[in-house]
Amino acid sequence: MWRFIGSRLLQAIPVLLVVITVTFFLVRVAPGGPFSSEKAVTPEVKAALEAQYRLDRPVLEQYIAYLGDLIRGDLGPSFKYPGRSVNELIAAGFPVTAELALYALLVALLIGVGAGVVASLRPNTAQDYIPMSAAMIGICIPSLLLGPLLILVFGIYLDWLPVSGWGDMPGDKILPAITLGAVYAAYIARLSRAGMLEVMTQDYIRTARAKGIPEWRVVVVHGLRGGLTPVVAFLGPAFAGLLSGSFVVETIFQVPGLGRFYVQAAFNRDYTMILGATVFLSSLIVVFNLLSDVLNAWMNPRLRSRAGQNT
Amino acid sequence: MSTTSINALVDAEQGSSLWRDAWLRLSRNRPALAGFAVLTLFVLVAILTPWVAPYDYAQQNLELGATPPSADHWLGTDIFGRDLLTQIMYGGRISLAVGFIATAVALLIGVSWGAIAGYMGGRIDAVMMRLVDILYALPFMIFIVLLMVVFGRNMLLLFLAIGAVEWLTMARIMRAQVQSLRQQEFVEAAVSLGLSPLAIIWRHVIPNALGPIIVYTTLTVPSVMLLEAFLSFLGLGVQPPETSWGLLISFGTETMEEYPWLLFFPGLVLAITLFALNFLGDGLRDALDVRGAKD
Repeated sequence: MWRFIGSRLLQAIPVLLVVITVTFFLVRVAPGGPFSSEKAVTPEVKAALEAQYRLDRPVLEQYIAYLGDLIRGDLGPSFKYPGRSVNELIAAGFPVTAELALYALLVALLIGVGAGVVASLRPNTAQDYIPMSAAMIGICIPSLLLGPLLILVFGIYLDWLPVSGWGDMPGDKILPAITLGAVYAAYIARLSRAGMLEVMTQDYIRTARAKGIPEWRVVVVHGLRGGLTPVVAFLGPAFAGLLSGSFVVETIFQVPGLGRFYVQAAFNRDYTMILGATVFLSSLIVVFNLLSDVLNAWMNPRLRSRAGQNT
Repeated sequence: MSTTSINALVDAEQGSSLWRDAWLRLSRNRPALAGFAVLTLFVLVAILTPWVAPYDYAQQNLELGATPPSADHWLGTDIFGRDLLTQIMYGGRISLAVGFIATAVALLIGVSWGAIAGYMGGRIDAVMMRLVDILYALPFMIFIVLLMVVFGRNMLLLFLAIGAVEWLTMARIMRAQVQSLRQQEFVEAAVSLGLSPLAIIWRHVIPNALGPIIVYTTLTVPSVMLLEAFLSFLGLGVQPPETSWGLLISFGTETMEEYPWLLFFPGLVLAITLFALNFLGDGLRDALDVRGAKD
């Protein structure tokens, strides 16, 4: 198990290095310098600014200096908000995004696993078709459409819930969490249904039933552990999706999270912010993929030896 | 044996072929057929839009302003008095084009990459698939946003960027197929006949691996279209005066309180398209008996 974790950690390092390098050079070749919009800047000020941000040195030197800063955990200053560092901006935005993603994941898991297991108990009956049709609808209504529709119905027509903000009014976290989680609930429902269908026909389930264990225990204790492996494997990619999905959801609901900072940085061409946020989010996603793999290997020992061999 | 009975024999043999079987199964799958019909209709409309659109794309009518659906404007008009149906038709051209072209890019890269890796095996395979593993771990959505920022909001780039992201799974599927195929006797026979690896891949391996590829292609189109909608919604994809369904939804959201139809109809069209593609993809998967293509 430790060897498995170790080998996965080693694999994560080149991935992160690729992310950092590609992002760094992409940002450097971007047309238009970060200060080209400010026309009033005199050449001396411009030179001073460039010196401050190390832009006057050769690109390779900048790159190595940036890597050095990264190792110390310093993502550099923001181009657009003088006096604020990228670290501060991320520290301000990330807790909000993490909270949103967490609630969305909870929504997705509760609804998804619930619906999937219920559907798998009586395949090809109404109990199967209704939740699975709902899941199909969930997949086909993307968050950029679901969010506005929810605002229109629950925020404006029914006037039950606030439609924007984060933590300012009671209940203003409900709609963003549902909007972000809905698609994942749908995928998880399909995955857990398929997983449960496969597991529930296996011999050890028959043995459990033959021992006289009550059916709910057979499903919850014996069935779920095997049946949910595909769901656990999906959690890593789902988390990556939740983070990037939060770009849209935070924009719709005006949530002051990292996603909104990122989109604003994209519009403002705040290159250090984009670079820092990309590196930060990528590392996070790599870590979560790793955790999801480890969790999966823990739940399903057969994967450990297989993964050790061919990757 | 007479000619007719030979023909009958040939027919009978074809009757049990994989493709004929698959077609039979697919034609019994109502949702998949409905999906196919809807898609065909949408694609036809998209192609014919310049001739069948009820109004001129750029024609504004500021005095008219936003009006709800009426006999003159079936889906209403936007705040500039432009016909919404016309806007949706032109937007569909771009949304569908992104969907199909980016998928084609992904298909081309993924199939060649996977086929070469799987067929060559050994060190070449190891290096090629390691690269796929590394790329797999990258947060691509973030990267596409980055690309759109760095290189400006260029449509061609949008196609390429999305296509370049979506080929990874295709390559893995193709490689697995090729690996199992190259053990088989007809490939060995082709090798001993002296065919070049490229000819073998093209003539013998790819046709036999088509099933999973077709299924996965069908399922890639909706995710590509979603990516485009997502980017356009954020203002980083398609730019006015061009339009797409994602952009129309984005504008509809801004005025949804006063003019909900501007959100509702573009959203409905996008959702219907996604439904159709997903139903068709699921139907094809069942018909071609492909396991684990997506979930």
